Order: sequence, then C-alpha cells, then structure tokens
Amino acid sequence: MFEKPDNPSGIAEKSAQPLPGMNERIQRLRKLSVETEPSLSIERALHETAFYKENYGKYSIPVLRAMNFLDHCRSKTIYIGNDELIVGERGPAPKSVPTFPELTCHSVEDFHVLNTREMQRYTISQDDIDLYEKEVIPYWQGKTQRERIFSHVPDTWRAAYEAGLFTEFMEQRAPGHTALDGKIYHKGMLDFKNEILANLSSLDFLNDAEATDKAEQWKAMAISCDAVIVFAERHAELAGKMASEETDSKRVAELLKIAEVCRWVPANAPRNFWEAIQMYWFVHLGTITELNGWDAMNPGHFDQHLTPFYEKGIQEGTLTRDEAKELISCFWIKVNNHPAPPKVGITARESGTYNDFTNINIGGLNSDGSDGSSEVSYIMLEVAEGLHILQPGNSVHISAKTPDKFLHAAIRVIRQGHGFPSVFNPDIYIQEMLRQGKTQLDAQEGGCSGCIEVGAFGKEAYLLTGYLNAPKILEITLNNGIDPLSGKMAGIQTGDPIDFKTYEELYHAFVKQLQYVVDLKMRVSNYIDRMFAKYAPAPFLSVVIDDCISNGHDYYDAGPRYNTSYIQCCGLGTVTDSFSALKKHVFEDRTFSMERIIKALKMNFEGEEVLRQTIINRTPFFGNDDDFADDIATRIYNDLFETIDGKPNIKPGGKYHFNMLSTTCHVYFGKVLGATPNGRLSGKSISDGTSPSHGADTHGPSAVVKSLTKFDHVKSGGTLLNQRFLPGLLRKEEDLKKLGHLIRSYFTLGGHHIQFNVVDTATLKAAQANPEDYRDLMVRMAGYSDYFNDMNADLQQEVMERTVGKF
Amino acid sequence: MSTSLIFDIKRYAINDGPGIRVVIFFKGCNLHCAWCHNPESISAEAGKMYTQSKCIRCGSCVVACEQDAISLFADGIVIDQQRCVMCGKCCEACPSMALEMSGKVMSVDEIIGIIEKERIFFEQSGGGVTFSGGEPLLHSELLIKLLDECGKRGIHRIVDTAGNVREETLLEVAKRTDMFLYDLKMMDSELHKQWTGSDNSLILQNLKKLAETGAGIIIRIPLIGGVNDTDENIEQTARFISELAGDSKEVQLLPYHNIARHKYQKLGIKDKSEKLREPDKEALSAALEKFRKYGIKAGIGG
Repeated sequence: MFEKPDNPSGIAEKSAQPLPGMNERIQRLRKLSVETEPSLSIERALHETAFYKENYGKYSIPVLRAMNFLDHCRSKTIYIGNDELIVGERGPAPKSVPTFPELTCHSVEDFHVLNTREMQRYTISQDDIDLYEKEVIPYWQGKTQRERIFSHVPDTWRAAYEAGLFTEFMEQRAPGHTALDGKIYHKGMLDFKNEILANLSSLDFLNDAEATDKAEQWKAMAISCDAVIVFAERHAELAGKMASEETDSKRVAELLKIAEVCRWVPANAPRNFWEAIQMYWFVHLGTITELNGWDAMNPGHFDQHLTPFYEKGIQEGTLTRDEAKELISCFWIKVNNHPAPPKVGITARESGTYNDFTNINIGGLNSDGSDGSSEVSYIMLEVAEGLHILQPGNSVHISAKTPDKFLHAAIRVIRQGHGFPSVFNPDIYIQEMLRQGKTQLDAQEGGCSGCIEVGAFGKEAYLLTGYLNAPKILEITLNNGIDPLSGKMAGIQTGDPIDFKTYEELYHAFVKQLQYVVDLKMRVSNYIDRMFAKYAPAPFLSVVIDDCISNGHDYYDAGPRYNTSYIQCCGLGTVTDSFSALKKHVFEDRTFSMERIIKALKMNFEGEEVLRQTIINRTPFFGNDDDFADDIATRIYNDLFETIDGKPNIKPGGKYHFNMLSTTCHVYFGKVLGATPNGRLSGKSISDGTSPSHGADTHGPSAVVKSLTKFDHVKSGGTLLNQRFLPGLLRKEEDLKKLGHLIRSYFTLGGHHIQFNVVDTATLKAAQANPEDYRDLMVRMAGYSDYFNDMNADLQQEVMERTVGKF
Repeated sequence: MSTSLIFDIKRYAINDGPGIRVVIFFKGCNLHCAWCHNPESISAEAGKMYTQSKCIRCGSCVVACEQDAISLFADGIVIDQQRCVMCGKCCEACPSMALEMSGKVMSVDEIIGIIEKERIFFEQSGGGVTFSGGEPLLHSELLIKLLDECGKRGIHRIVDTAGNVREETLLEVAKRTDMFLYDLKMMDSELHKQWTGSDNSLILQNLKKLAETGAGIIIRIPLIGGVNDTDENIEQTARFISELAGDSKEVQLLPYHNIARHKYQKLGIKDKSEKLREPDKEALSAALEKFRKYGIKAGIGG
C-alpha cells in the first residue's frame, strides 16, 4: 500500500535506460518484468473447478483446501526463465495472474473490460474467456465467498456501503496481510510436518471437544507442506532437464545449482544465502497460490534474516558481495512479476491496480532490541534504487539506535524521486504493539507491512477490514443522516444542523454517526471472518504463522498468537479542516450561517466563490502547527480510537484497532463525496493518511511534523504522512543531512511513518493546472522563498527548469 | 522608526546558516540593490502586494476601499497609488488573498513563540534563528530584545546584515549574536553607490571592526553577471577579506537569479533586471578559485 501519488509514471519511463550498478543478467530480467503486460491465466481456476467437482463433500473443508492446493502444485505449469537464478511463478509465466473463483468469480464482462481498458490492462484470449464461461463460471455461481457475504448483509449496511461510508476488503479477496519472522530459515517443511504429525498423534479424543476439528486442520497443514515440497521438486526436475539440453556451460552450471537448491528447500532449512532467498520465495508463492489474500505476504525483516547467511558466505569465501546483490535483485524482480489478481465487477474507468504490497523492511531493530542494519541492508538499498520497480515496496526503519550512515544512505535513494523508501520509526511502532498487548520479544520482531500497518511478524493475523470515510460521516451529519448525493438514508437521524446552537452539538452528532457506522461495519466484518474460517481456510499460511501448529487452529480461525482486525480511517485532514471552517466561520466569527454553507455545499459552491475563497484562505487548516486546527484533528483522532479500539472481533482475545492509511482509497472516497466545508469541490480526492489536505500545509515540513505529533501515534496501528519536496530542497550534501534531522525530529516527537515525494516536472505541471491542491509548494533559495502558485506562468516554467532534476 | 515590521517568517529554512533554522525577515533596508530578490523588504512601511492570478474579480476590495482607489477590470484590479493610504482594508476584505499587506507589527513574545515552535528541529540539527531582512540592524531595539531572549533560551542566533549601519549598533548586536551572515557586494565605492544607492565605506569599516571582535562571520557575496563578477572586483574582495582579523574566513557566493522579478510586478514597481544577468559558470569557478588562493574557504551558498 505504497503511496505514490506524485510519481505514477516514473517507472515505465525509465525502463529503457541502462541501470548503473546492475549486471546484464539483471538488466535483461528487469526488462522482461517491466515490459511484460499483465495477463490472466485460467489454469488455476480450471484445476480447482475440476477438483471441486470431483471432491467437494468427500473431505473436511480444511483437507479439501489443502488437497486442492496439492493438486494444483502437482499439475500447474512450471516456469524457469532464461537468466533466472531464483525461480518460481504463481502463474505459468511472469506477470501471468491466476483467478480465484472460490472467492470471487469473474464474469465474461469483467474479462472484456480487463482485456480492453487502457489503464492496468490484463490480457486474456477469447478462447480462454469461452472456456471460463463453459467450465468455471457455471460451477461457482452462488457458491463464491462474495455471494455468501452479499446474501447476508443487512440493508442498513448496504445503504452505508453504497454511499461510500466505508469499503469492505473481504468481498474481493481473502484476509491476508501478514509477514514472516525468521522461523523458515531454521526449519524446513519437513520439520514443520513432523511437528504437525506429532501433534496429530497426541490428540485427546476423549477429553478435547475440538479434537476432531484440530485433526482435520493438522492433516490439512501436513498436506500443504507436501504441496510446496512437490512444487519445488518439479522446479528441480525442470532445471535438470533444461541443463541437459543447454549448450552454454555457464548456464548449465547455474541450472544444476538451481536444481540442487530446489531439491533442498523448502523441504529443509536453508544452508546458504541462495537457498535462504529461494526458501522464502517458495513460501511466498505457496501462500499466494493457496488463496488470494490482501497484502498477501511479506518477508518482514529480510535483511536481518539474510545477514547470518551473508556473513557465513563471505567468511567461507563461498559468496561475494556482487553475487549477493545479484541474488537479491533476482528476488526483487520475482516480486515485481506478481501483480495482484484483478477485482471483479470493475469498471473500465477504474484505475489504480492493486498489487500485493510486499513491503521489505530494511534496517530497524533486531528482535533483541539492538540495531538491525547490516551490509545486507545497504545492498538492499542499492538494489531498490538500481532497479526502481513497482514491487516490492521497501521501507527503512530508523530507530534512535540506527546509525546516521544508514539514514543518509536511505536519503540518497529518496532524493532520486522514486517515492521510496518510506521511513518508519521502530521506537514508536514497538510501543504501538506493546500497547496492543504483544510481548516485548514479539513486538521487537514486528514491523510494518502492506502500507504502514504494524504487526508481530510471524505471529499475527492483522487483517485490514476496510477503509472508513471520515469526511463522508461529516457529510451525512450535515444532512441528518442522509447522503445528499443519492438522497437516501445512509446513517441515522442526529438532528438538523441548522438548529444546532453550538459547535459541540455538531461534533456530538458526528460522533454518533461515527459510532453507528463503525458498528455496522464491524458486524459484517465479524460475519465475513467466520465465513473464511468455515469455507476458505488457509492451511499452508497456518504452517508458517505461530501458534497455528501448536493449537490446531487455522490462520482465519484464531490460530495466530495475535488476531487483530484493523479499520483504516481516511481523510483526517479533510474532516479536520471542514470542522475548523464550521467552528470558525459559523460558531465563532459568524461570518456565514450554517444554512448558507450547507446550501453552498449542495451547489458545489456555485455562485459562492467568495465564501469558498474566504474559507480556504481564512481558516486554520491542519498541518500548520496551529492549535485551532490541530486540536480538532487530535479530538477526531481520539474519537476514532475510542470508537474502534479494543472492540472484540469474536476471535478469542482478538480485537479491533484503528490505523490511518488510505492507499489510493482517498481518491474513491473523494468521488463519492460532495463538496466539503473546507472548500473542497465535489468529487475531488480527500486527504490521504494523516497527511494534511492537499496544499493546506503552507508553513513547511517542520510545521507539518509538529501538527502531526500533537496526537499520540502509539494509540494507532500506524499513521501515514506524505510530504512533497521540491528537489531544490535536496541539492547539497548538507541538505540531505538536514532532511535526516527533520526525520529524527519527527520520530523523536513520536511520528510513526513519513514518506517523501520529491516532485518532478509532471507534478509541477499538475500544480499549474490545479493550483489549489498545491498551495504547499514553496520555492526556496537563500533569503528568498515564494509559493509556486504565486508565480506567473513563465517563472513557473523557469522554476521547473531550474529545480527539477538538478541535484 | 517607531514600529518594526516583520514581512515574513520562514520555517524549515536550510540555506541561511547551519542546521534547520527559522528566519525572521524585518522590513526596511537602507540599500536599494538593483538585484534585490525581496523588493517588498526595502520599504520600512507596510506595503501592498497584488497577485493577479489569485484574483477572482469579486470586487470585495472595491467595496472595502474608503478612498475609491481601486477599480475593477475584466482581468483584475488597478490601484490608484496616489489615493491609496495603505490602510489595509482591501486586503482584509479580499477572500482569495490576491491582495495582501506585506509587513506586520509583531511583539517579542509573538516572535519568540514562533521561534520556540521549532525548538526540536534546532536541537536535532544544530540550527537556530536567523534574523534577516531588509536590514535587521535598522530595528536594533526589537532585534536586541529578541537576541537577548533567544540567548536566555539557548537558541543559536544568526544576524544577516549588509553592515551599512552605525558601528555602535553593530557591535552592540554582536555581543549577543553567535554568527553573522555579512553581505558584501563590491569593493569599488562609486559602483557600490550606483548599484545600491549607498557607498560602501561604512560596510567595509564595520566588517573590519566586527572581525576584530572575533565574531563568527560568513561573508555572503551576491554574484551578479555584469556587475561584480569581474576579476578585478573579486581580486580586491578576496584581498580585503584575507586581511581581516581572525584565522578562519568563509565566503559563500550567491549566484544571481531573476526569479524574484514577479515580486516587482506584484508591488507595481519596475525592476532593473534587464541590466543584470546570471554569472556564467566560468566566472563562478574563477571566483571560487581566487578566494581559495587567498586561503579563504569558499563555496556556493543558497
């Protein structure tokens, strides 16, 4: 869930350029990965449909799922590309994406849209569409998870959902979202299987009421261990066969090595650097082939896991730094080969593909609390910078214990303007996890995955259940529960705001709507959770997440040590600024009446430009270190916390928590939202994460950082701050150090995450077209500064030429 | 001067001294450099700036003006400077901030309050406050109060001055300043007068005296093509600096840019940029070379 609003096209543009510091193999692999268009593969759906037709009802659901997985691993197309060292694809080839009809079954229309739309196209042949229509669609009709869910939901939920008050993740994909700890570098699948079989043999059918269910779960887990071993062995066989047909002796040696590696892992614990990476990759592929989970899988602190293998290899003379970099690059490209399966029911206009948001944590703290950065961390930064591809995402983790040397290496990558790495604060997110009830050790092993969400790696199911549209809740509050866009009731009646005498009345009405909406959402999320536990368990994922093996419960059925459900709250900046405008202009200065503002909102400010400009220019907005607005933000933040945090999610010990991220959902939420009291026009994006509204922060990054740290990040499971920077702010070595100081300051004050978008020419052009959204862009030179918006066109042109691309 | 006006406060300033700084800009200057990139800072009186692109032609200012000084046209407003009394009512009425007053009376407490907001960044980065302008030394009463208050609070203080002030004032300020950014334009007094409206005798004399106090000084030279980038001027400047008291001398060259020319438009005054040009690369590196030859640490600033 990587936020890159300012640099959407940078990657494709740069694909043709040679990559400094990357050898020819990596250049070729990257080229293939970047230039291959995503396609849909129906192979998995055909296997699964045939398997279900023959076997549904013969086995328990967990065993059925595991056998289905094993069947697919036995029969799916195996791919080993030229040049590859790390092998394995979820589909039959790079960028070829399977479908998961047991969750959501694409219609013929879906395929046509995907095949023809301009943005994020997934190609599929007419023959395949015909085959799908004949073989797959009829079987799954009425049996998919999506249909089970939608046949259940109450009308009130549907009304709120359709109004865009929240989204529901699990209507399209399975709950996923987890990251691994270090266990797979010490144990192979055979070790896990032995533990599982031992548990199975010690079951107490006389006294344990759950014994039968546990037996089925354990059987399923053991089968899924076999499935990934089979999957790897088939790669070994293919590599051996390819070696026998290969004429280039260097490639023959590589293929034989691949065969050796795939015969050893994942069955056994890896013995060296190469095997460690391949081990992880097979586990990763297993989890995303078994099911299609959101933010599917993540190696966690990958640098820390690889470091012992790296050091051993270097010491023994069996590995060089260049070889390590090449293998990491191969892995990086593998992740990029895997766009997420597309949604169903999409429209041709819908843009913004969803990928699996693998977010590699680099640096940070070891689980014993010591500095975790190592030479492998630096190599990963070099790889991320050198390849600059969409996936995997990468983040650096900067504790007070992290050396400046590492921070500065990361800032040098940030300066390149790719939008990564994002920067996280382990000292705070460990506290977040402790507050949620994790042990010290488990919290220190944790980190951030997906976008900014914290979790105890290898021990937690931390499911994102959906986004909450906070500005929309204000909108229905201003309309007594009705969604003004549809005229339908979407919330509850909390009174006509024209009658409100005080700001407090308005605010309390908002909190009532908030509580109502959150309860609705939780009610359905809990139901969906059980649907997955019952119909779509994930036995393979359960093998690698503690404590599923010891307690015999599935990942979806409270097997993990920690079970968290997150609600991601969006639009803090927009809703804060809207409240600030109402507080100041309606209740304090009485510049405008509530009636006039509500009317202006309905008219999208048509004929009310003076009112709108007054609000935009004469309201304290969030992000300027102004307590008037920041106190409102803090209050809303705390009420989101009070409303969501700690509610049970019906798994034993499991709880809801909130975090503040939006991915690209702030765009969708903006589309379903009318004009807002902060002067925002109907349909425009709302603010992202905990960032200020676009362009509302006009006092520079230090003021933003101050505003953002007036609320306690420890209460959340992650906040998100995007900061736009003109490259002119990062010209000299000295400037980079100062950015480091800004980050350290933010983290000292308790910030969770910050990400910099070093703006490019495209952004400045966008700023010329939509000046209101870019009021924060400031051109700074010695003794001189001015807002980009305040300059006339020819000077803006000059600034573009002067500042962008010049370091 | 009875009141001191502040025309801008810049946070996260990274080009005005060590670390992350906050810069307080005083209004009013006794030089009128042709290349000034903050022309709104020259006048000590409150000024009015009009940004045409922000104007929504609502006519609020026309209604608000009691002097009938503003006329509304299809592409914006025209202000009759003869009638305008700078009361600021039009700016208060302007919803889109197309009209803005430049210059605001601020108390010591208010200014210190803003400086204190940035404390964490000073502490992390070794930064502090920079008083700039305009010419901050023309506001010595307020400046000294601010410097003393910052001193008490342990905040690192820089004063950015052109040095064209009474010696006593400068030395009084120097007692409570941690570092100076001292602007030096050119050595030829006649040319100096031509380009800035004042000769340079006081400036050079003050710099000598200041150096003798042992104050930390970074000398900043705006380098303007066709004005002061000649070999002769650089040579003279370097020699002068090398003869100042003290062991470590530092020069930052600020290459001229005419990016501020739109500010002149906003103020409704004519800029002189047609006579000025950016220094070419050769002149810049030749200048750096020259300073270094004299044992002076030299770099490009800003």
